[in-house]
Amino acid sequence: MKYFLSEEELMVKELAHRIAEEKIIPVRQKYDEEEIFPHDIVKIMAESDLFRVFIPEEYGGLGAKIFPMVLAVEELSWGCGGIALAYAGTALGAFPIILFGSEEQKSKYLPKIAEGTLAAFALTEAEAGSDAANIKTRAEKDGDYYILNGTKQFITNAGEADIYTVIALTDPNKGARGATAFILEKGMEGLEFGKKENKMGIRASVTREVIMKNVRVHKSQVLGKEGRGFIVAMKTFDHTRPGVAAQALGIAQAALDAAVKYANQRYQFGKPIASFQAIQHMIADMGTKVEATRALIYSVARAIDAGFTSPKESAMTKVFASDVAMEVTTNAVQIFGGYGYMKEYPVEKMMRDAKITQIYEGTNQILRNVIASRIIKEAK
Amino acid sequence: MNIFVCIKQVPNTAKVKWDLERGTLIREGVESICNPFDLHAIEEALRVKERTGKGKVLVLTMGPPQAEEVLKEAISLGAEDGILISDRAFAGADTLATSYTLSKAIEKIGNPWIIFTGKQAIDGDTAQVGPELAAMLKIPQVTYVRKIVEINENNAVMERLTDYGYDVVETSLPAVLTVVKEINEPRLPSLRGKMKARTFKPVVFTPRDLDVDESRIGLQGSPTSVKKVFQPEMKKGGEKFEGSAEELALILVEKLKELRVI
Repeated sequence: MKYFLSEEELMVKELAHRIAEEKIIPVRQKYDEEEIFPHDIVKIMAESDLFRVFIPEEYGGLGAKIFPMVLAVEELSWGCGGIALAYAGTALGAFPIILFGSEEQKSKYLPKIAEGTLAAFALTEAEAGSDAANIKTRAEKDGDYYILNGTKQFITNAGEADIYTVIALTDPNKGARGATAFILEKGMEGLEFGKKENKMGIRASVTREVIMKNVRVHKSQVLGKEGRGFIVAMKTFDHTRPGVAAQALGIAQAALDAAVKYANQRYQFGKPIASFQAIQHMIADMGTKVEATRALIYSVARAIDAGFTSPKESAMTKVFASDVAMEVTTNAVQIFGGYGYMKEYPVEKMMRDAKITQIYEGTNQILRNVIASRIIKEAK
Repeated sequence: MNIFVCIKQVPNTAKVKWDLERGTLIREGVESICNPFDLHAIEEALRVKERTGKGKVLVLTMGPPQAEEVLKEAISLGAEDGILISDRAFAGADTLATSYTLSKAIEKIGNPWIIFTGKQAIDGDTAQVGPELAAMLKIPQVTYVRKIVEINENNAVMERLTDYGYDVVETSLPAVLTVVKEINEPRLPSLRGKMKARTFKPVVFTPRDLDVDESRIGLQGSPTSVKKVFQPEMKKGGEKFEGSAEELALILVEKLKELRVI
């Protein structure tokens, strides 16, 4: 379908596609099986300026836009959803600074991210997943400093990233209004990382705990104002959920491409299985849903870039895209039949990779609450 | 100091079809690409610059106006400037006329440090332009370079690929180096490079811009003429035998006897 991409947007899409095709696909199976973090691919992405697309021009970027970031994530994820996450996770770590950073914070961190320094975002804790307001990490004021204590769980890029946005409670009595966002740097005393989680999918990505033991952070590292931590988090998600959606879209497109190719090659009853209507209808549904996903994500990303950010629409992209990715990858495995279940073929990995997109950056259940509450409110 | 890279736009021979009756390539509708060996030459030029912090990477090509595309590609990869040598008078050049013309362009720009080329172009496969260029410029040449071991302003030590291994060669600079694909893995373009390339317009050299002897350029400066282009017959597969050394020796002797070789 024609999306009327600008010349720059097309450049981003084509370049990211080329990286996926030439650099990511040849290594994706190995990196998945051996859980190799893709520092080498990150370097290629950085040299190709992909990190610059979501960074403002004044800080070494090419314009803090969501749409080109979405295009890059889609194409990289078409190669491998896990490898692409080093990039997408960095965008998630960067947006709090882009949206809420002071001039000083932006000039300190954004040029580094533009050059390919990885970032991470740390909100989730063991007892605070969907119930994010239940976080326990504390930030106690001590003169010009804050002392941070607590453990963040399931943090993408943790240990590999140099820059972390961490949400901690400065006033536990105020609940969600008592949370504050801080920028932490790897190497700060007391900032440690847990063991690497052994995951079902996105295995080339790293997920670790971020452990803070009396980490002393200067007040200049506070993002936005004290007490605004959840606003930082929620506004960030409004900008980055289309990115997760794009990851799901890329995985789904890859599964569809693989399934169609296989259906043309696989002969049963003397004919390619693509000639059977049972397979054709599956392909029709897969193709239709993938295209609908793309149309939704691109529209929302463009709207955000034009200044129309909507929590509802951002949530919609993530919910819809991730459900489509799960369905399409599952059906791709079905079309491959027994071969699809084998690691020798890429679709079982796509199915494993797709699953996380229904879970992280807000489970689809929580996001449906968001979407429903907004729709119902708008109708009143 | 200039690091020149001479590159060529070629048809993508991987996708070329033959007109079997005429024995020629069907060029219509075949995409043009940068000669793949030249991409390694561009990459090595950029690496020399990055490694030494010296030199300006200038890319040269001779060809029709659309050869500008390969210069744009070089710009997107990080080359600093590109020169297009283009005029009807240059058309029909063989390797001699080409290297003469390129040497004149390099002399005009001046200050060469290194001149890189790919080891050969995938359309003509002659591997002559690099060595001829060195001869025209009266500077040393090292062909089939697979690694630059050391380099400074005046000298370079490198490994050149041979059929049996490699030679370690030292040369004074400036010199012409032709590179093999083993030398590096070409980088992908960057977005900023592509944006620069989009608006890039090369300097165009015509015979009037160069101090050339007009009898030595284009078709009239080209002593080579192609007599015949043909597709060699496919070799038929031979017979295959299996067995112990003794058994095979006996079979071989029998076969040779049959052929009256022994």
